[in-house]
Amino acid sequence: MAGKGKKVMVTVRKAPHGSIYVQEGIEVMFIFATYDMDLSVVFLDDGVLALQPGQDTKGLGIKGFMASLGALVDWEVTNVYVDRQSLKERNIAEDGIISIGKNEDTDEPIRPKVLDSADIAAMMAQQHSIVSF
Amino acid sequence: MLHTVNKSPFQNSALENCLRLARAGDVILLLEDGVYAAAAGTAKSSLIEQALKRHAVYAIDADLKARGIGTLIKGMRSASYGEFVDLVEQHPVHAWL
Repeated sequence: MAGKGKKVMVTVRKAPHGSIYVQEGIEVMFIFATYDMDLSVVFLDDGVLALQPGQDTKGLGIKGFMASLGALVDWEVTNVYVDRQSLKERNIAEDGIISIGKNEDTDEPIRPKVLDSADIAAMMAQQHSIVSF
Repeated sequence: MLHTVNKSPFQNSALENCLRLARAGDVILLLEDGVYAAAAGTAKSSLIEQALKRHAVYAIDADLKARGIGTLIKGMRSASYGEFVDLVEQHPVHAWL
């Protein structure tokens, strides 16, 4: 199959809700996950705002996509990372970001792994393709 | 004058550009992704902290809730859509898109 074994990264760099980018990015994660690729996902810059807890879009009259983010692990999107500096700049606690699934054995929430910029840059350097939202 | 800003202060300089030209006493209203500027303790909080010395600053409540923004900068006011309409009726509007 095309793309088999290729290293592909999806980056989310836009704020949620104000545009369709993050929603589209999540769709693409789910699509890539169905192929046999080495997929990673990185939230950075304004993209980390999608991981803020307690988002309630009822007042905007839209469904939102918090449920989709909470099911990433169920859809085998498991290599999910977030940039430490972007969280800090936006005053979002590292241990308070939303979970993307649960550990099957312990029922513990699984959260995106917080990385320093240098680690993210090194991961980016290894990719065949980076798809940015 | 009512100045509205709908972009994240981390994404572009719309809010900074607005605040540079807004005159004392003008009202600032944050909406959509603009409301991220209203959050306390961020790298961009000082923009609104300074603006509050010269302006009344509002943020749309539904946009704050949608984005999970709990702690606002002290002195920020939240506004319903109805109050947004009232502000638009009371002032000429400059939308910093």
